[in-house]
Amino acid sequence: MRKLTIILTLLAALACAGTVLAAETILVGTTTSTADTGLLDALVPKILKDTGLEMRWIAVGTGKALEHGKNCDVDILMVHAPAAEKKFVAEGHGVSRMEFMFNDFVLVGPVKDPARIKGKGVADSLKAIIAAKAPFASRGDDSGTHKAEQALWKGAGLALPDKESWYIGVGQGMLVTLGLAAERGAYSLTDRGTWIAYDAKHHGHSGLAILSEGDVALRNQYSIILLPPKCSKIKHEAAKKLQAWFLSAAGQQAIADFKLEGKSLFTPNAAK
Amino acid sequence: MDYFSEGLARAVALLLALDPETFSAVWATGMVTVLALAASLLLGVPLGFGLGYFRFPGRRAARLFVDWMLSLPTVVIGLIVYAFLTSRGPLGEWGLLFTVPGMAIGLTLLGLPIIIAMTATAVESTDTRLTQTVLSLGADRWQLLLATLMEARFAMALAAATAFGRVVSEVGIAMMVGGNIKWQTRTITTAIALETGKGEFATGIALGIVLMLVALVVNLLVGLLRGRSNGAGGGAGIGGGL
Repeated sequence: MRKLTIILTLLAALACAGTVLAAETILVGTTTSTADTGLLDALVPKILKDTGLEMRWIAVGTGKALEHGKNCDVDILMVHAPAAEKKFVAEGHGVSRMEFMFNDFVLVGPVKDPARIKGKGVADSLKAIIAAKAPFASRGDDSGTHKAEQALWKGAGLALPDKESWYIGVGQGMLVTLGLAAERGAYSLTDRGTWIAYDAKHHGHSGLAILSEGDVALRNQYSIILLPPKCSKIKHEAAKKLQAWFLSAAGQQAIADFKLEGKSLFTPNAAK
Repeated sequence: MDYFSEGLARAVALLLALDPETFSAVWATGMVTVLALAASLLLGVPLGFGLGYFRFPGRRAARLFVDWMLSLPTVVIGLIVYAFLTSRGPLGEWGLLFTVPGMAIGLTLLGLPIIIAMTATAVESTDTRLTQTVLSLGADRWQLLLATLMEARFAMALAAATAFGRVVSEVGIAMMVGGNIKWQTRTITTAIALETGKGEFATGIALGIVLMLVALVVNLLVGLLRGRSNGAGGGAGIGGGL
């Protein structure tokens, strides 16, 4: 019996520990890209200084992050799937969706560029890849990047490749996909952050290079979404404060100042 | 290949520099493991004893069920526990999602079948003459349980070690129920998953080495205890207990 009491006391103490310690914490439901690039780590001290909030996060795929929001398991959401987000808000699971920054996707491929896509727009590049039957490594895992790739094929008026021999559905993370593309001499679509990290790791000699970038269709928009009052137990006031910070001049500047391997990754674009 | 040498060097560096992030992950891993193992043993030993000792209708079905649960995928356990603990779930009021105790509940579900199954097997294989002797000496039910467990203590230690190994190295439940929150629910295994996702393979291997070192220390301590009880206990184990 005494053991049980001790364990229960321990449990209770642990449950409280998180809330009692230090500043007020706020839990952000977000996607892996914001955490893996180190952006959130870099913002934590600035947010603490400006708002008194201690930011913590759960970094998962966009679909799972929205599910956490739907179940009121986090205080606020920071995701990048505009279509899914608008549906989420329309269904009453979220309120006040504010766009605040973007990064972009790039088309990478073998330095030799067998399909001659260098400098072309995305639609023309994809058409050239199909015409040349050049190998293309796709994430193939229903991730945000995979969805963006599918939208690009459709946007170019092309049928979605699937069983074509040159189309490789990898079914794993971006780094694994890039490694495979390098080994097979394939083209691939990647977010710029992962590309910079990958390229730096291989000191620019991975055999892959950016071949198409800058097209508006390659933009990857991030939003910050508040949860509705029906989520009765979450920190609404703190969430409002955090959203306001991301939209403020200070927050926007902090995003612009964040660099990976000396290169800017995210572009702030909150509506003025 | 560089990953291994680099990983080893980094593991030593992390430990020598008392890296706060690494130690926070070691602490979280230690807390969930202790809680989950304690709960698994408290619930599993009596249940396993009952399953192995008593003959009751439905016993074979119960045994089959426990053995079956040994194969429950950890990601499924994670999903089930998440469904119960989410704010909109039946136990949402408890506020246990994304906390250390919440993770411990999930990991208990992982450890429990191991303890029950291995305890039952250990009890089944103890000498039946023990029961008769102990009962003839006028022992009651509880003393019989203790005597039987004493006799099966090495098999029990193996059960605990097996459950420990499964719980301490688990990643699916820890990720789904814990959420891998920095400074709070980030365990060594979820940190490894994170570093691997970031492409920091050497750091992942370094953390793996840290985990193996922690496990080695625990196993050494258990071995030490076992060695002592071997020397001092011997025949005194049962007789002294009663």
